[in-house]
Amino acid sequence: MNTIRLGCGAGFSSDRLGPAVDLAQRGALDYLVFECIGERTMAFGHRDRMLDTNRGYNPQLGARMRGVLAHCHANGTKIVTNMGVANPRAAALLVIDIARKLGLHGLKVACVEGDDVTHLIGPDTAFMDHPGTVADVGLRMVGANVYLGVEALLPALEAGADVVIAGRIADPSLFLSPLVHRFGWKLDDWTALGRGTLAGHLMECGMQITGGYFADPGFKDVPRLADCGFPIAEVAADGSFVITKLDDTGGCVTTATVKEQLLYEVHDPRAYLTPDVVADFSGVSVSEIGHDRVQVTGANGHKRPEQLKVTIGFDGGFLGEGGVSYAGPNAKARAALAAEVVRERLTRINRLGGDLRVDLVGLNALHQTAEQPVGDANDVRLHVALRSTDRDDIDTMLWEVESLLCCGPAGGGGYRGQITPCVVTHSCLIDRSAVAPSFEMFVA
Amino acid sequence: MTQRRIHDIAHARAGDKGNTSNVSVWAYDPKDYPLLKQQLTAERIANAFPKLFTGAVTRYEMDGLHGLNFVMLDALEGGVNTSLNLDSHGKSFSYLILGLPIEE
Repeated sequence: MNTIRLGCGAGFSSDRLGPAVDLAQRGALDYLVFECIGERTMAFGHRDRMLDTNRGYNPQLGARMRGVLAHCHANGTKIVTNMGVANPRAAALLVIDIARKLGLHGLKVACVEGDDVTHLIGPDTAFMDHPGTVADVGLRMVGANVYLGVEALLPALEAGADVVIAGRIADPSLFLSPLVHRFGWKLDDWTALGRGTLAGHLMECGMQITGGYFADPGFKDVPRLADCGFPIAEVAADGSFVITKLDDTGGCVTTATVKEQLLYEVHDPRAYLTPDVVADFSGVSVSEIGHDRVQVTGANGHKRPEQLKVTIGFDGGFLGEGGVSYAGPNAKARAALAAEVVRERLTRINRLGGDLRVDLVGLNALHQTAEQPVGDANDVRLHVALRSTDRDDIDTMLWEVESLLCCGPAGGGGYRGQITPCVVTHSCLIDRSAVAPSFEMFVA
Repeated sequence: MTQRRIHDIAHARAGDKGNTSNVSVWAYDPKDYPLLKQQLTAERIANAFPKLFTGAVTRYEMDGLHGLNFVMLDALEGGVNTSLNLDSHGKSFSYLILGLPIEE
Protein backbone atom coordinates (compact mmCIF):
# COMPACT_ATOMS: atom_id res chain seq x y z
CA MET A 1 0.00 0.00 0.00
CA ASN A 2 1.27 3.43 -0.83
CA THR A 3 1.63 5.11 2.54
CA ILE A 4 4.18 7.48 4.02
CA ARG A 5 5.46 6.81 7.52
CA LEU A 6 6.05 9.95 9.55
CA GLY A 7 7.58 9.89 13.01
CA CYS A 8 7.73 12.60 15.61
CA GLY A 9 11.11 12.86 17.32
CA ALA A 10 10.29 15.83 19.55
CA GLY A 11 7.12 17.69 20.43
CA PHE A 12 8.76 20.54 22.29
CA SER A 13 12.21 22.02 22.79
CA SER A 14 13.15 19.90 25.82
CA ASP A 15 11.52 16.65 24.71
CA ARG A 16 13.19 13.29 25.32
CA LEU A 17 15.97 11.98 23.11
CA GLY A 18 15.85 8.19 23.65
CA PRO A 19 12.46 7.52 22.03
CA ALA A 20 13.56 9.59 19.01
CA VAL A 21 16.68 7.47 18.59
CA ASP A 22 14.47 4.39 18.92
CA LEU A 23 12.22 5.64 16.10
CA ALA A 24 15.21 6.51 13.92
CA GLN A 25 16.64 3.05 14.45
CA ARG A 26 13.54 0.84 14.24
CA GLY A 27 10.68 2.97 12.96
CA ALA A 28 11.12 2.23 9.23
CA LEU A 29 10.26 5.89 8.75
CA ASP A 30 10.23 7.93 5.60
CA TYR A 31 10.49 11.15 7.62
CA LEU A 32 11.41 11.98 11.20
CA VAL A 33 10.12 15.38 12.29
CA PHE A 34 11.33 17.37 15.28
CA GLU A 35 9.01 20.19 16.42
CA CYS A 36 10.87 22.31 18.95
CA ILE A 37 9.56 25.90 18.91
CA GLY A 38 7.06 27.65 21.11
CA GLU A 39 6.38 31.38 21.14
CA ARG A 40 8.75 31.88 24.04
CA THR A 41 11.41 29.48 22.72
CA MET A 42 11.58 31.65 19.64
CA ALA A 43 12.24 34.79 21.67
CA PHE A 44 14.86 33.00 23.77
CA GLY A 45 16.52 31.95 20.52
CA HIS A 46 16.83 35.59 19.50
CA ARG A 47 18.31 36.46 22.88
CA ASP A 48 20.87 33.66 22.56
CA ARG A 49 21.81 34.86 19.09
CA MET A 50 22.30 38.43 20.34
CA LEU A 51 24.78 37.12 22.92
CA ASP A 52 26.59 34.86 20.42
CA THR A 53 26.03 35.06 16.65
CA ASN A 54 26.78 31.33 16.37
CA ARG A 55 23.90 30.44 18.71
CA GLY A 56 20.15 30.89 18.65
CA TYR A 57 19.22 27.38 17.54
CA ASN A 58 17.76 24.60 19.71
CA PRO A 59 20.25 23.82 22.49
CA GLN A 60 19.62 20.07 22.08
CA LEU A 61 20.19 20.09 18.30
CA GLY A 62 23.67 18.61 18.59
CA ALA A 63 22.65 15.83 20.97
CA ARG A 64 19.62 14.96 18.85
CA MET A 65 21.59 14.82 15.61
CA ARG A 66 24.39 12.77 17.15
CA GLY A 67 21.68 10.36 18.30
CA VAL A 68 19.64 9.93 15.11
CA LEU A 69 21.66 11.03 12.10
CA ALA A 70 23.53 7.77 11.39
CA HIS A 71 20.35 5.69 11.84
CA CYS A 72 18.35 7.98 9.56
CA HIS A 73 21.09 7.86 6.95
CA ALA A 74 21.24 4.05 7.09
CA ASN A 75 17.45 3.67 6.91
CA GLY A 76 16.74 6.28 4.23
CA THR A 77 14.81 8.46 6.67
CA LYS A 78 14.81 12.16 5.99
CA ILE A 79 14.65 14.73 8.78
CA VAL A 80 12.50 17.87 8.89
CA THR A 81 12.80 20.24 11.84
CA ASN A 82 12.38 23.77 13.10
CA MET A 83 15.34 23.37 15.44
CA GLY A 84 17.04 26.25 13.62
CA VAL A 85 14.88 28.55 15.80
CA ALA A 86 16.47 32.01 15.42
CA ASN A 87 19.56 30.83 13.53
CA PRO A 88 18.86 28.06 10.97
CA ARG A 89 22.13 28.74 9.14
CA ALA A 90 24.31 28.12 12.20
CA ALA A 91 22.16 25.08 12.96
CA ALA A 92 22.69 23.66 9.47
CA LEU A 93 26.44 24.15 9.78
CA LEU A 94 26.43 22.31 13.10
CA VAL A 95 24.56 19.40 11.49
CA ILE A 96 27.10 19.34 8.64
CA ASP A 97 29.91 19.24 11.18
CA ILE A 98 28.29 16.34 13.05
CA ALA A 99 27.62 14.48 9.77
CA ARG A 100 31.30 14.75 8.81
CA LYS A 101 32.41 13.49 12.21
CA LEU A 102 30.05 10.54 11.79
CA GLY A 103 31.51 9.86 8.34
CA LEU A 104 28.23 10.65 6.57
CA HIS A 105 29.92 12.32 3.62
CA GLY A 106 27.58 13.66 0.98
CA LEU A 107 24.69 14.22 3.42
CA LYS A 108 22.63 17.16 2.19
CA VAL A 109 21.43 19.67 4.76
CA ALA A 110 19.13 22.51 3.70
CA CYS A 111 18.75 25.63 5.77
CA VAL A 112 15.43 27.43 5.22
CA GLU A 113 15.31 31.16 5.91
CA GLY A 114 12.90 34.03 5.47
CA ASP A 115 10.84 33.66 8.64
CA ASP A 116 12.79 36.40 10.39
CA VAL A 117 10.75 39.53 9.65
CA THR A 118 12.20 41.75 12.37
CA HIS A 119 12.89 44.39 9.70
CA LEU A 120 9.17 44.63 8.89
CA ILE A 121 8.18 45.47 12.46
CA GLY A 122 8.22 49.06 13.68
CA PRO A 123 7.04 51.01 16.72
CA ASP A 124 3.64 51.54 15.07
CA THR A 125 3.02 47.85 14.31
CA ALA A 126 -0.40 47.00 15.78
CA PHE A 127 -1.16 43.70 17.52
CA MET A 128 -3.72 41.27 16.10
CA ASP A 129 -5.66 40.06 19.12
CA HIS A 130 -5.63 43.01 21.52
CA PRO A 131 -5.21 46.77 21.35
CA GLY A 132 -1.77 48.38 21.35
CA THR A 133 1.40 48.67 19.31
CA VAL A 134 5.03 47.61 19.64
CA ALA A 135 5.89 51.02 21.13
CA ASP A 136 3.25 50.56 23.85
CA VAL A 137 5.01 47.46 25.20
CA GLY A 138 7.91 49.53 26.48
CA LEU A 139 10.36 46.64 26.29
CA ARG A 140 13.29 45.96 23.97
CA MET A 141 12.24 43.94 20.90
CA VAL A 142 14.50 40.94 20.34
CA GLY A 143 13.07 39.66 17.06
CA ALA A 144 9.97 38.84 15.03
CA ASN A 145 9.17 35.71 13.03
CA VAL A 146 6.40 34.90 10.61
CA TYR A 147 4.80 31.45 10.59
CA LEU A 148 5.79 29.90 7.26
CA GLY A 149 4.06 26.90 5.69
CA VAL A 150 4.80 24.10 3.25
CA GLU A 151 5.80 26.48 0.48
CA ALA A 152 8.93 27.36 2.43
CA LEU A 153 10.00 23.72 2.88
CA LEU A 154 9.01 22.18 -0.47
CA PRO A 155 11.90 23.57 -2.55
CA ALA A 156 14.42 22.09 -0.11
CA LEU A 157 12.68 18.70 -0.18
CA GLU A 158 12.50 18.80 -3.97
CA ALA A 159 16.22 19.55 -4.12
CA GLY A 160 16.85 16.27 -2.32
CA ALA A 161 17.74 17.46 1.16
CA ASP A 162 18.33 14.70 3.71
CA VAL A 163 17.87 17.17 6.54
CA VAL A 164 15.71 20.29 6.29
CA ILE A 165 16.34 22.72 9.09
CA ALA A 166 14.21 25.82 9.47
CA GLY A 167 13.06 28.35 12.03
CA ARG A 168 9.46 29.42 12.54
CA ILE A 169 7.40 27.00 10.48
CA ALA A 170 3.77 26.38 11.55
CA ASP A 171 3.97 23.14 13.53
CA PRO A 172 1.64 21.01 11.36
CA SER A 173 3.36 22.25 8.19
CA LEU A 174 6.54 20.42 9.22
CA PHE A 175 4.59 17.15 8.81
CA LEU A 176 2.44 18.30 5.90
CA SER A 177 5.42 19.23 3.71
CA PRO A 178 6.70 15.69 3.11
CA LEU A 179 3.13 14.58 2.30
CA VAL A 180 2.67 17.33 -0.26
CA HIS A 181 6.11 16.56 -1.67
CA ARG A 182 5.65 12.80 -1.96
CA PHE A 183 1.94 12.62 -2.85
CA GLY A 184 2.10 15.61 -5.19
CA TRP A 185 -0.86 17.29 -3.54
CA LYS A 186 -1.74 20.62 -5.12
CA LEU A 187 -1.38 23.65 -2.88
CA ASP A 188 -5.04 24.49 -3.44
CA ASP A 189 -6.31 20.97 -2.74
CA TRP A 190 -7.84 22.19 0.51
CA THR A 191 -9.28 18.81 1.48
CA ALA A 192 -5.95 17.02 1.19
CA LEU A 193 -4.14 19.87 2.94
CA GLY A 194 -6.75 19.86 5.71
CA ARG A 195 -6.28 16.12 6.24
CA GLY A 196 -2.49 16.33 6.19
CA THR A 197 -2.66 19.28 8.57
CA LEU A 198 -4.69 17.15 10.98
CA ALA A 199 -2.01 14.44 10.81
CA GLY A 200 0.59 17.10 11.60
CA HIS A 201 -1.49 18.63 14.36
CA LEU A 202 -1.94 15.24 16.04
CA MET A 203 1.76 14.38 15.73
CA GLU A 204 3.30 17.73 16.63
CA CYS A 205 3.24 17.24 20.41
CA GLY A 206 4.98 13.87 20.39
CA MET A 207 3.88 11.65 23.25
CA GLN A 208 0.75 13.68 23.92
CA ILE A 209 -0.91 11.21 21.54
CA THR A 210 0.82 8.01 22.70
CA GLY A 211 -0.13 8.23 26.36
CA GLY A 212 2.05 11.08 27.55
CA TYR A 213 0.25 13.88 29.38
CA PHE A 214 -2.75 11.58 29.62
CA ALA A 215 -2.42 9.25 32.62
CA ASP A 216 -4.86 9.72 35.52
CA PRO A 217 -4.44 6.64 37.72
CA GLY A 218 -7.64 4.68 38.21
CA PHE A 219 -9.38 6.68 35.48
CA LYS A 220 -7.01 6.73 32.53
CA ASP A 221 -4.25 4.19 33.10
CA VAL A 222 -1.29 4.12 30.75
CA PRO A 223 0.98 1.07 30.54
CA ARG A 224 4.71 1.62 31.13
CA LEU A 225 4.54 5.39 31.01
CA ALA A 226 8.26 5.70 31.79
CA ASP A 227 9.04 3.89 28.52
CA CYS A 228 6.50 5.77 26.41
CA GLY A 229 7.23 5.76 22.69
CA PHE A 230 6.94 8.63 20.22
CA PRO A 231 4.14 8.45 17.62
CA ILE A 232 4.12 7.24 14.04
CA ALA A 233 1.57 8.31 11.41
CA GLU A 234 0.96 6.05 8.41
CA VAL A 235 -0.56 8.43 5.90
CA ALA A 236 -2.37 7.30 2.74
CA ALA A 237 -2.49 9.26 -0.50
CA ASP A 238 -6.06 10.40 0.22
CA GLY A 239 -4.90 11.98 3.49
CA SER A 240 -6.48 9.43 5.82
CA PHE A 241 -4.04 8.01 8.32
CA VAL A 242 -3.36 5.68 11.21
CA ILE A 243 -1.66 6.84 14.40
CA THR A 244 0.47 4.17 16.04
CA LYS A 245 3.79 3.59 17.81
CA LEU A 246 6.48 0.93 18.03
CA ASP A 247 5.06 -2.31 19.48
CA ASP A 248 7.35 -2.80 22.43
CA THR A 249 7.37 0.78 23.68
CA GLY A 250 5.31 1.98 26.64
CA GLY A 251 2.24 4.17 26.39
CA CYS A 252 -0.90 3.61 24.35
CA VAL A 253 -2.70 4.94 21.28
CA THR A 254 -6.47 4.92 21.81
CA THR A 255 -9.42 6.94 20.57
CA ALA A 256 -9.20 8.82 23.89
CA THR A 257 -5.54 9.83 23.46
CA VAL A 258 -6.28 10.91 19.89
CA LYS A 259 -9.36 12.93 20.85
CA GLU A 260 -7.57 14.83 23.63
CA GLN A 261 -4.86 15.85 21.19
CA LEU A 262 -7.37 16.64 18.42
CA LEU A 263 -8.47 19.87 20.12
CA TYR A 264 -5.22 20.67 21.93
CA GLU A 265 -4.67 24.42 21.50
CA VAL A 266 -7.56 24.51 19.03
CA HIS A 267 -10.32 27.08 19.32
CA ASP A 268 -13.03 26.66 16.67
CA PRO A 269 -12.75 23.03 15.42
CA ARG A 270 -14.16 24.22 12.08
CA ALA A 271 -11.40 26.75 11.52
CA TYR A 272 -7.87 25.76 12.49
CA LEU A 273 -5.71 28.34 10.73
CA THR A 274 -2.28 27.58 9.32
CA PRO A 275 -0.35 29.30 6.50
CA ASP A 276 -1.41 26.41 4.23
CA VAL A 277 -5.12 25.94 4.84
CA VAL A 278 -8.05 26.64 7.12
CA ALA A 279 -8.47 23.10 8.41
CA ASP A 280 -11.86 21.79 9.55
CA PHE A 281 -11.77 19.09 12.24
CA SER A 282 -15.52 19.13 12.96
CA GLY A 283 -16.30 15.98 10.98
CA VAL A 284 -13.38 13.86 12.13
CA SER A 285 -13.92 10.18 12.97
CA VAL A 286 -11.56 8.03 15.00
CA SER A 287 -11.66 4.25 15.26
CA GLU A 288 -9.43 1.64 16.87
CA ILE A 289 -8.49 -0.76 14.09
CA GLY A 290 -5.93 -2.69 16.13
CA HIS A 291 -3.88 -2.61 19.31
CA ASP A 292 -2.37 0.88 19.56
CA ARG A 293 -3.66 1.68 16.08
CA VAL A 294 -6.23 4.43 15.58
CA GLN A 295 -7.51 5.38 12.16
CA VAL A 296 -8.41 9.03 11.62
CA THR A 297 -10.61 10.19 8.74
CA GLY A 298 -12.98 12.99 7.83
CA ALA A 299 -10.92 16.16 8.16
CA ASN A 300 -11.58 18.85 5.61
CA GLY A 301 -10.10 22.19 4.58
CA HIS A 302 -10.88 25.57 3.10
CA LYS A 303 -8.88 28.25 1.32
CA ARG A 304 -5.79 29.38 3.22
CA PRO A 305 -5.72 32.75 5.04
CA GLU A 306 -4.54 35.80 3.11
CA GLN A 307 -2.43 37.08 5.98
CA LEU A 308 0.26 35.37 8.01
CA LYS A 309 0.78 35.47 11.75
CA VAL A 310 3.93 36.97 13.22
CA THR A 311 5.24 36.49 16.75
CA ILE A 312 7.18 39.44 18.11
CA GLY A 313 9.50 38.77 21.04
CA PHE A 314 10.58 41.25 23.69
CA ASP A 315 13.11 41.12 26.50
CA GLY A 316 10.88 40.76 29.57
CA GLY A 317 13.40 41.21 32.38
CA PHE A 318 13.45 38.63 35.14
CA LEU A 319 11.22 36.30 37.09
CA GLY A 320 12.31 35.65 40.68
CA GLU A 321 10.88 32.76 42.67
CA GLY A 322 11.63 31.94 46.28
CA GLY A 323 10.09 29.53 48.76
CA VAL A 324 10.12 28.17 52.30
CA SER A 325 8.20 25.09 53.57
CA TYR A 326 6.20 24.44 56.73
CA ALA A 327 5.12 20.97 57.89
CA GLY A 328 3.41 19.30 60.83
CA PRO A 329 0.90 20.72 63.34
CA ASN A 330 -0.58 24.09 62.35
CA ALA A 331 1.52 24.18 59.13
CA LYS A 332 -1.24 25.95 57.23
CA ALA A 333 -1.45 28.81 59.76
CA ARG A 334 2.32 29.22 59.93
CA ALA A 335 2.65 29.31 56.15
CA ALA A 336 -0.21 31.81 55.92
CA LEU A 337 1.53 34.02 58.48
CA ALA A 338 4.77 33.78 56.49
CA ALA A 339 2.86 34.94 53.41
CA GLU A 340 1.49 37.91 55.35
CA VAL A 341 4.96 38.86 56.62
CA VAL A 342 6.50 38.65 53.16
CA ARG A 343 3.78 40.78 51.59
CA GLU A 344 4.17 43.42 54.27
CA ARG A 345 7.97 43.45 54.08
CA LEU A 346 7.98 43.74 50.30
CA THR A 347 5.24 46.31 49.79
CA ARG A 348 5.25 48.46 52.97
CA ILE A 349 8.91 48.37 53.94
CA ASN A 350 10.79 47.75 50.68
CA ARG A 351 8.17 49.45 48.46
CA LEU A 352 8.92 47.02 45.66
CA GLY A 353 7.61 47.62 42.16
CA GLY A 354 6.65 44.91 39.69
CA ASP A 355 4.06 42.18 39.92
CA LEU A 356 4.09 40.12 43.10
CA ARG A 357 2.29 36.85 43.82
CA VAL A 358 2.33 34.75 46.98
CA ASP A 359 1.05 31.16 46.86
CA LEU A 360 0.67 28.45 49.47
CA VAL A 361 1.65 25.29 47.63
CA GLY A 362 -0.21 22.31 49.04
CA LEU A 363 -3.27 24.38 49.89
CA ASN A 364 -4.06 26.35 46.80
CA ALA A 365 -1.53 27.58 44.30
CA LEU A 366 -2.38 26.81 40.68
CA HIS A 367 -6.08 27.49 41.19
CA GLN A 368 -5.69 30.36 43.66
CA THR A 369 -7.37 32.88 41.40
CA ALA A 370 -10.17 30.50 40.46
CA GLU A 371 -11.39 29.23 43.80
CA GLN A 372 -11.00 29.41 47.57
CA PRO A 373 -8.85 26.74 49.22
CA VAL A 374 -10.67 23.95 51.02
CA GLY A 375 -9.41 21.67 53.79
CA ASP A 376 -6.14 21.55 55.67
CA ALA A 377 -2.65 20.39 54.77
CA ASN A 378 0.24 18.96 56.69
CA ASP A 379 2.96 20.20 54.37
CA VAL A 380 2.68 23.68 52.89
CA ARG A 381 5.20 25.63 50.85
CA LEU A 382 5.24 29.39 50.66
CA HIS A 383 6.02 30.34 47.06
CA VAL A 384 6.74 33.96 46.20
CA ALA A 385 7.04 35.16 42.62
CA LEU A 386 8.03 38.59 41.35
CA ARG A 387 8.49 39.76 37.78
CA SER A 388 10.56 42.89 37.12
CA THR A 389 12.91 44.45 34.63
CA ASP A 390 15.02 45.55 37.60
CA ARG A 391 17.14 42.70 38.85
CA ASP A 392 17.79 44.48 42.16
CA ASP A 393 14.07 44.15 42.97
CA ILE A 394 14.28 40.42 42.42
CA ASP A 395 17.35 40.14 44.67
CA THR A 396 15.52 42.08 47.38
CA MET A 397 12.53 39.75 47.16
CA LEU A 398 14.67 36.63 47.42
CA TRP A 399 16.55 38.10 50.40
CA GLU A 400 13.26 38.78 52.18
CA VAL A 401 12.00 35.25 51.59
CA GLU A 402 15.26 33.73 52.82
CA SER A 403 15.19 35.95 55.91
CA LEU A 404 12.03 34.11 57.02
CA LEU A 405 14.33 31.31 58.17
CA CYS A 406 15.25 33.34 61.27
CA CYS A 407 12.69 36.14 61.20
CA GLY A 408 9.46 34.39 60.18
CA PRO A 409 7.07 31.87 61.80
CA ALA A 410 8.35 28.78 63.61
CA GLY A 411 9.73 25.74 61.86
CA GLY A 412 10.20 27.08 58.32
CA GLY A 413 12.83 25.29 56.26
CA GLY A 414 14.02 24.42 52.81
CA TYR A 415 14.60 27.86 51.32
CA ARG A 416 15.33 27.88 47.59
CA GLY A 417 15.44 30.86 45.30
CA GLN A 418 16.02 31.29 41.59
CA ILE A 419 16.10 33.99 38.95
CA THR A 420 14.96 33.20 35.39
CA PRO A 421 15.32 35.51 32.38
CA CYS A 422 11.94 36.32 30.81
CA VAL A 423 10.60 37.13 27.40
CA VAL A 424 7.29 38.66 26.39
CA THR A 425 5.60 37.91 23.08
CA HIS A 426 2.85 39.54 21.07
CA SER A 427 1.36 38.72 17.67
CA CYS A 428 0.51 40.68 14.54
CA LEU A 429 -0.48 39.90 10.94
CA ILE A 430 1.39 40.65 7.73
CA ASP A 431 0.60 40.19 4.08
CA ARG A 432 1.83 37.02 2.43
CA SER A 433 3.47 39.10 -0.31
CA ALA A 434 5.88 40.63 2.22
CA VAL A 435 7.51 37.26 2.83
CA ALA A 436 10.07 35.54 0.58
CA PRO A 437 11.40 32.28 2.02
CA SER A 438 14.54 30.75 0.54
CA PHE A 439 16.86 27.82 1.19
CA GLU A 440 20.52 27.02 0.89
CA MET A 441 21.95 23.50 0.59
CA PHE A 442 25.09 22.42 2.40
CA VAL A 443 26.80 19.09 1.69
CA ALA A 444 28.82 17.18 4.28
CA MET B 1 -23.56 8.82 48.36
CA THR B 2 -20.82 11.35 47.67
CA GLN B 3 -21.50 13.87 44.99
CA ARG B 4 -20.27 12.88 41.55
CA ARG B 5 -17.93 15.20 39.69
CA ILE B 6 -17.40 15.76 35.97
CA HIS B 7 -14.13 13.85 36.52
CA ASP B 8 -16.18 10.69 37.06
CA ILE B 9 -17.62 10.74 33.55
CA ALA B 10 -15.17 12.70 31.41
CA HIS B 11 -11.52 13.41 30.65
CA ALA B 12 -10.00 16.70 29.51
CA ARG B 13 -6.91 18.51 28.24
CA ALA B 14 -6.05 22.21 28.41
CA GLY B 15 -4.09 24.29 25.92
CA ASP B 16 -3.03 27.93 25.73
CA LYS B 17 -2.50 30.60 23.10
CA GLY B 18 -1.54 34.02 24.41
CA ASN B 19 -4.03 34.95 27.13
CA THR B 20 -6.62 32.50 25.79
CA SER B 21 -7.15 29.07 27.32
CA ASN B 22 -9.00 26.15 25.79
CA VAL B 23 -10.12 23.00 27.55
CA SER B 24 -11.60 20.08 25.65
CA VAL B 25 -13.78 17.72 27.70
CA TRP B 26 -14.67 14.21 26.47
CA ALA B 27 -17.25 11.78 27.80
CA TYR B 28 -15.74 8.34 28.48
CA ASP B 29 -19.07 6.72 27.65
CA PRO B 30 -21.15 8.14 24.77
CA LYS B 31 -24.21 7.57 26.99
CA ASP B 32 -22.94 10.29 29.35
CA TYR B 33 -22.46 12.87 26.59
CA PRO B 34 -25.97 14.36 26.87
CA LEU B 35 -25.42 14.75 30.63
CA LEU B 36 -22.03 16.37 30.01
CA LYS B 37 -23.58 18.73 27.51
CA GLN B 38 -26.36 19.62 29.91
CA GLN B 39 -23.96 20.14 32.85
CA LEU B 40 -21.15 22.04 31.19
CA THR B 41 -22.63 25.08 29.54
CA ALA B 42 -20.47 28.07 28.67
CA GLU B 43 -22.45 30.05 31.25
CA ARG B 44 -21.66 27.56 33.99
CA ILE B 45 -17.92 27.66 33.27
CA ALA B 46 -17.92 31.45 33.20
CA ASN B 47 -19.96 31.72 36.41
CA ALA B 48 -17.96 29.08 38.28
CA PHE B 49 -14.63 30.92 38.00
CA PRO B 50 -15.37 34.59 37.34
CA LYS B 51 -12.08 35.88 38.80
CA LEU B 52 -10.03 33.58 36.57
CA PHE B 53 -12.04 33.50 33.35
CA THR B 54 -12.52 37.23 32.99
CA GLY B 55 -13.38 37.22 29.28
CA ALA B 56 -15.97 35.55 27.09
CA VAL B 57 -16.39 31.77 27.27
CA THR B 58 -17.42 29.96 24.07
CA ARG B 59 -18.44 26.30 23.79
CA TYR B 60 -17.89 24.27 20.62
CA GLU B 61 -19.59 20.89 20.33
CA MET B 62 -18.09 17.77 18.79
CA ASP B 63 -21.22 15.62 18.82
CA GLY B 64 -19.67 12.90 16.68
CA LEU B 65 -16.83 12.36 19.15
CA HIS B 66 -18.79 13.15 22.33
CA GLY B 67 -16.67 16.10 23.32
CA LEU B 68 -16.96 19.79 24.13
CA ASN B 69 -14.35 22.49 23.59
CA PHE B 70 -14.35 25.54 25.83
CA VAL B 71 -12.46 28.64 24.74
CA MET B 72 -11.88 31.20 27.48
CA LEU B 73 -10.62 34.66 26.50
CA ASP B 74 -8.54 36.64 29.02
CA ALA B 75 -8.27 33.53 31.14
CA LEU B 76 -4.58 33.10 31.83
CA GLU B 77 -3.84 35.93 34.26
CA GLY B 78 -2.08 37.75 31.43
CA GLY B 79 -0.76 34.65 29.70
CA VAL B 80 2.49 32.78 29.96
CA ASN B 81 4.45 36.02 29.48
CA THR B 82 3.17 37.88 32.48
CA SER B 83 1.31 35.44 34.71
CA LEU B 84 2.91 34.76 38.09
CA ASN B 85 0.90 31.57 38.48
CA LEU B 86 3.28 28.60 38.92
CA ASP B 87 1.22 27.09 36.10
CA SER B 88 1.47 30.06 33.78
CA HIS B 89 0.16 28.03 30.82
CA GLY B 90 -3.03 27.07 32.66
CA LYS B 91 -2.27 23.39 32.03
CA SER B 92 -4.12 22.48 35.21
CA PHE B 93 -7.36 24.21 34.15
CA SER B 94 -8.51 20.88 32.69
CA TYR B 95 -8.78 19.56 36.23
CA LEU B 96 -10.41 22.76 37.45
CA ILE B 97 -13.31 21.99 35.12
CA LEU B 98 -13.25 18.23 35.85
CA GLY B 99 -13.57 19.12 39.55
CA LEU B 100 -17.00 20.70 39.06
CA PRO B 101 -19.81 18.71 40.70
CA ILE B 102 -22.49 17.03 38.62
CA GLU B 103 -25.68 18.79 39.62
CA GLU B 104 -28.39 16.09 39.68
